[in-house]
This record gives sequence, C-alpha cells and structure tokens, in this order.
Amino acid sequence: MNIEGKKAIWKDYQKDIADDSYFYVRSCVRQNFLPGSETTFIRIVREELGKDIYEHPCHTTCTGIGYHGDIVPVDTMMTVVARQFALMTEAGYENLVPSCITSFGIYTEVLDTWHHFPEVEARVREYLRMATGREFKIPANIAHASDIIYKFRKEIATKAMYKLINKNTGKPLKVVEHIGCHYSKMFPEKGVGGAEYPYVLVGMIEEWGGEVVDYPERRHCCGFGFRQYLVQANRGFSISCSRKKFESMQDYEPDMIITNCPGCPMFLDKWQYAISELEGKTYGKDGMGIPVFTYEEVAGMLLGYDPWDLGMQVHQVAVEPLLDKIGVSYDASRKYLGINNKNLGQPKSPNVLVTAKSLLSESL
Amino acid sequence: MNTQKTKSVIVIGAGIAGMESSAQLASFGHQVTLLEKEKVVGGHVANWERLFPTMKPASEIIDLLKTDIMNNVNVQLDAEVFKIEFSNQEFIVTLTDGQILKSDAVLLATGYDLFDPRGKEEYGYGIYDNVITSAELEAVFKNGKELKTSTGKTPKRVGIIHCVGSRDIKAGNQYCSNVCCITGVKQAIEIKEAVPDAEVFCFYMDLRMFGRYFEDMYLKAQEKYGVQFVRGRLSEACENQDGSLIIKVEDTLASKPLKMTVDLIVLLLGFEASKGTTSLGKMLHLNFGDDRFISPTNEHLLRHNTKMEGIFVAGTCTGPKSIIATISDARGAVITVNNYLNNLN
Repeated sequence: MNIEGKKAIWKDYQKDIADDSYFYVRSCVRQNFLPGSETTFIRIVREELGKDIYEHPCHTTCTGIGYHGDIVPVDTMMTVVARQFALMTEAGYENLVPSCITSFGIYTEVLDTWHHFPEVEARVREYLRMATGREFKIPANIAHASDIIYKFRKEIATKAMYKLINKNTGKPLKVVEHIGCHYSKMFPEKGVGGAEYPYVLVGMIEEWGGEVVDYPERRHCCGFGFRQYLVQANRGFSISCSRKKFESMQDYEPDMIITNCPGCPMFLDKWQYAISELEGKTYGKDGMGIPVFTYEEVAGMLLGYDPWDLGMQVHQVAVEPLLDKIGVSYDASRKYLGINNKNLGQPKSPNVLVTAKSLLSESL
Repeated sequence: MNTQKTKSVIVIGAGIAGMESSAQLASFGHQVTLLEKEKVVGGHVANWERLFPTMKPASEIIDLLKTDIMNNVNVQLDAEVFKIEFSNQEFIVTLTDGQILKSDAVLLATGYDLFDPRGKEEYGYGIYDNVITSAELEAVFKNGKELKTSTGKTPKRVGIIHCVGSRDIKAGNQYCSNVCCITGVKQAIEIKEAVPDAEVFCFYMDLRMFGRYFEDMYLKAQEKYGVQFVRGRLSEACENQDGSLIIKVEDTLASKPLKMTVDLIVLLLGFEASKGTTSLGKMLHLNFGDDRFISPTNEHLLRHNTKMEGIFVAGTCTGPKSIIATISDARGAVITVNNYLNNLN
C-alpha cells in the first residue's frame, strides 16, 4: 500500500466547507437509531467550536428514504427540499448542514438537477409557491455534518481529553471507517477525498490518534440500501452485505468502526447481534462484537462527554471494552438511567454476543 | 536538369511515424530536420520488447528506422518546440532553448500519451503495489527481469484488464485505442512463457482482433497457453494483507458477479492525444475531434492535411494506431508533403 497514492487522490477532492453560521437539518431516523449524536454535534459546534448553528422547528424529513424506496415521487421530494431551503432563507442562513448522508445526497442531487435543468427548478419553485407561498434562495454552501467535524478536527483534537490510542499498549487503535454511500458515490467531487478513498473520516481518525484499517470490502455497502432492508423480503441481502464486510475486516482485528451515515452504524451494529444468533459467530475478541460509533459519538467521547449522554447505551455491541482501552471514565451503574435518573430498563442479554451486561452477570 | 530549389521540412516527433516520414522525405531530396523533445528516438515503441503479431523485437524495427534517418536527416534530440509561426512564406520554429529553425512545411508526428490509470481510482494504481501497467510489464520483459510481485514472489495468478482509459465515457475517452486488445493477448502469452504455471485471466469488453494474424494469436493464447478470457469489466480492486488483490468483475457471459484473488494486475492503457499534440495543435489553431486528437482536413481523402496550409500530420496524433498502421500513415503523409513541397515556387 502506497499512502502517497492516496494522498494524491485526496488532494484532488477537497471541498469548500462553510466556516460558520450553519442551518442544521436533522435526519428523520437518527434520533431513534442514535439518540445522542445530533445533540452532540450541536453541542460541539456551539460549545467547543463557538460557531452559530440553527435548526428551524418546522423543518421536516427530506423524504430521501421514501424517494430512494420508490414511494415518494421526484417532484414531491424536490418540493420538500425547496421548502427546507425556504425555511433557511427565511431564517437568514445560507450554509446548509444536513445530519443525514441520504439528505446530503438528496440536496446535492436536487441542486445538480436544477443546475442542469433550470426549467425543473422553475417548476418546483411554482409548486412551493402554490403549496406554501414560500420563496427560497439556493444555499451558498452545503456540507454534511461530518464535513464540519472534519474541518475542525484539529481544534477538537486540541480540546480532547483522550486519543484513539490503547492506553495499555500506547499503540493507535485500529479503526475501520465506513462512509455512507450517498456521501460521495453519487457526486465524488462533493465529498472530502472523493468516492473511492474518502478522507472525511480518515482525516478525523488520523488527527485523533487512530490508525485506519483498509480492508478489501471497505467500499461495500453496509447493507441498509433502503430497499434491501425496507422491503422485508430483501433483508437477507441486507444482512449478507454486512456479513461480507465483517468477514473481510475481522482478520485486521479492528478495535472499532466509525461511520458517518444514519443507516450504517445501525446495521453494522445490530446485524452483528443477528449474525451471532443465526450463526453463532462474533467478530470481536472473546465473543464480543466490533463496537460501532458515529463520528459525533467519537468526537464527544474524546472530548470527555459522558458516554451515556452520547447515547452509547443503545448500541447492541458493547462499547465498554473500547472505553476501557482508551481509558474513558464512565459510571457503569448509570448506563440505563435517563434524564432525572429515570430507569430506562435494561435489555436482555443476547444468547451469543457477549455484552458488558453479560460479562457483568458472569463476574457476579 | 532539375533547377528547383531544395525544399525543407521540419518533422516534429521522432517516434516511428516521425522517423519513417523523415527518412522517406529525405529520400525524395528534401532537407529534413527531425525534432525530438526526448533524448532518444523511437517514441513509445522504443520501450517495447516484442511486437505483435510477429513477436519480432521492437529494437529491430527501431534500429532499421534509425539506419534510414542516419545519413540524410538532421536529427535534433532534446529539442522541444516553443513556438511555430508563418512569415514570409516560411515556417519559423522556435525551440525552448531559443534556437530558430525555418522550413517550407511542418509535419506533426507528435503522437500519443498513455492514459494515466490513476484516473481510474477504483483500480488502485499508485496505491496498491501489485497493480502495474502494460507499459511497466513491457519494461520488465525489455530489461530481462523476472516477473515478480512487489514482495518478490512469482505470481501464480495474473489479471489483465482491458480498455483502461478506452471506451470509457467516465474516464473521458469514448474511443477505442485499437491496440490494447492484441497487446493484452501478446502480454498474456509472454507471461505464460515467463511463468508457465501462472494462471492468466484477461478481462475484456470485446476483443477487437482486427489485424492480420491477430485472431490467430488470440486462439493460440487460449489453446496453446491456456489464457482465460472473461468478458467483463473490472469494477474495483482491493488489497489483501499479503499484498494480493481482490478483484470484482461482472462476468457478462455467465451473467454473474465474479470475485477472485490475483497476485498481479496489469492495466492495458489506452491512448490519449499527447501533450505535444494538444499544445502544438492548439498553437496552430488546428481542428480537434471529440476524442481530442487532431482532425485532418478530410478523414477519408485528406488524412494528412490540416486546415493550415503547409502543416501536415502523421501517425497517432490523429488517433490510436498500430505500428503497421502508423508506418503506412507516415508514408501516406510523405506523399502529401512531397506533393506540397514540389508544387511550391
């Protein structure tokens, strides 16, 4: 492997990322899948980086999942997107920051469509006018939320309490990075590092002390792929995609997986449980899985945020072994306590996959 | 008695088209200056070991062409053209070292460059050590080296990828580069000769065996050497921990995706108009095709004329050609230039 070859490609795929004043649009699924990530992003941008970030209370889904699932017609999708732009215009912002990779792809696709077919933009403007009476300006800048964290990865590193380093060995953690397909596979020039060797997460991992694992199925889809999962009959294909990745990466003994998409961490995390139940197979050491994180969770964890405030208790694969490797301080007894110490309830231990809870039970 | 003044022509580019046309123009009695920006003549062919379909050494061809230009042609190496102007009924060619040359006509034989495979990022050239180009494989053979992987092992399985930078709209090159198919067959045979136990797979879209003996060579590769031809384009290559490569291909005859491990990948690089072809063509305001090669005045009948009187073209600056076609093309250009010079006052 010649890293210089990758660096040459990375140079070709740099993008403009706005410096401040972000209009944040949330994902329609992340708050369920990964409840702490978006809040953590806003906290980091506001409190650590001192930037202005605003989210409009009336913004909605981009309809991307429905659009790619062949449920929402393209004109409907574009009109919803136009409404998001209108909310941003009304709020006085021009730098759009989607939380979701699919949304990022949707916004990019819509703008590219309008660029090539101005008559479509005119038509959608008319639809929006008729439906809501709103007008909008084209965003000056669209950056995915991971682009923002990438842009300020050095600032985050300087404030971080921890690094992606094994505290016992002093060696960098081996990290698998997985990019959502719609980040740059549709428009390589819109993603940091392009489509084949995306750099957006690699840049964070390198800056924060980790070592990136380049394994053969690195480019393969996580298995979400909308119709692969949303159509129940296709779910075998979904899990086989994830399995293919785990089989490919396990020889490298990765310490963790970092993702930048709503679906990828969900599927890479939960399918490890399903595979363990179906096949009795796990991909981490001692019956554990490979823990999967969002980049916001990782940034927050390194900044010293409480792992349970980051939402790590909803992960299927236990995060504690990784927290211990890094030396992150956490209170195991508070894992399933919510706001005001409300007991959130504890999941049952899986039959095969070893979790922190089952480890704890054994030790008791 | 011939009282005509001796006419002069500057030929730019000392690849095989430039060498052949220079020699022939000199044999007609014209004063010929052959300019070459590199330090040696022979162009791309000089980098080849053996030639399809005869398997003759490339050096033999180059040596013959050198003999032809040795006595009657003024060969200037390391001579890069900076500017070409037309003034007082003659062309004034200024070199980058400041030297000024004059002539009655200019023949462009500025050729092609090989496609830069880094543009096909998914193939991993420049990143994965065991992804090499057809030109690099040729250099291994030419230098008499053993074929080895980056870790010094003899490859057991080699994948040859056709059409890299050819017939590929996403790579910006929609056209066929003519010679890669037969080059792939030739190199597959050479690999089998060098490493008889190796399995060699050629991944192709179509096999365009248009030339005389090409089809014979293709059959020989299959029957005698056991080269396996798989119709399908490489989608991506990834590296294993041991440096071997996992390739993903769609086998379009079996209608199945194919995934296999190989020790070495050879990328058959297509042609692109050379930097010299592009820059001189633009400087002279010549016409270009959509493929970015120079367009002659008439693709059928005036293949060596350009829109600028006195500027002619030969060889691969007007599109990909085999050696045989390039030599024929150069000779056609010679007739056109000779007629032009003879009709000058």
